[in-house]
Amino acid sequence: MSEAEFEGIVESRWSGGASPFAINSKKLGMWLFIVSDSLTFSALLISYAYVRLETPNWPRPFEIWPAIAKSSFMTFVLLSSSLTMVLGVNAAFKGDRKKTVRYLIATIIFGIAFVLIHATEWVTLFGEGVTPWGNPWGVPLFGGTFFGLTGLHMLHVTIGVAYLAIIAWGFGKGKYTAEHVEVSGLYWHFVDLVWMFIFPMVYLLSVNPK
Amino acid sequence: MSAHGHAELTHEHSVGTTRLFSIVWVWLLLLTAVEVFLAYERLEVHLMITILVGLSLIKAALIMSYFMHLRFERLGLFLLLVPAMVFCICMMLIMFFPDSIRLMNLRPH
Repeated sequence: MSEAEFEGIVESRWSGGASPFAINSKKLGMWLFIVSDSLTFSALLISYAYVRLETPNWPRPFEIWPAIAKSSFMTFVLLSSSLTMVLGVNAAFKGDRKKTVRYLIATIIFGIAFVLIHATEWVTLFGEGVTPWGNPWGVPLFGGTFFGLTGLHMLHVTIGVAYLAIIAWGFGKGKYTAEHVEVSGLYWHFVDLVWMFIFPMVYLLSVNPK
Repeated sequence: MSAHGHAELTHEHSVGTTRLFSIVWVWLLLLTAVEVFLAYERLEVHLMITILVGLSLIKAALIMSYFMHLRFERLGLFLLLVPAMVFCICMMLIMFFPDSIRLMNLRPH
């Protein structure tokens, strides 16, 4: 389909028919994926809440310093990456390719920083004997849920970084349109949104009560 | 999510300004700071989880409305996506709440 025809479909404003939501198919597809992926994370979070509730001696190991401070900083990094992403999408629709690519690269750097800080945290936990299958507190499910949730989220961030890198490269070369940038932005904001639930549920509710 | 018209569509992507997105970003940071403060104060767990989930839902709504642009889309898209998602999550919680309330009452205080 040529670009002109494509634009025509997007801009049809009559209700119903070819374009009832007045968005392109890529965007609708990404939204549907986001809804289904949000249910995956919901299921994991709810099962985490369930096993935590039925385990009386569930550990609450995180100290304010360094664990909570570190994860708070990770939240800041991810929120900032969302800001640069949305500014990148805005620049893309204004047709400013250079600025868009710069914003996308900033987003990628934030994403990589998030993964690296997260990885150091995991390594520290492994060093303390906290693994996905066991820990010093005798509640292996803690590791199972913690590494399962944060691991799946980290996988999403890693895929997002690769996705944004491809989009930034293609958009800089003029291969991709602003819609491509916007759709990748939807994915990136979703990854940020999921962390807004994982951070309080997994970290803040596991602060050492002493 | 408003009335239709050609003029509006052509301006579809200029609705969000750098200023607006920065304000949303600052709000998200402030809400996060409140959450961390509550953890620092070590609130009682039931109160804590209620407040945290409430704040997280507000943050999710901010991200979806402004960063993910849903506030500026047609109402139809919102109606397609969000009610179905909320319904499915409620169905999962139906499995969760009866057991959680039972366990809470069974456990010695």
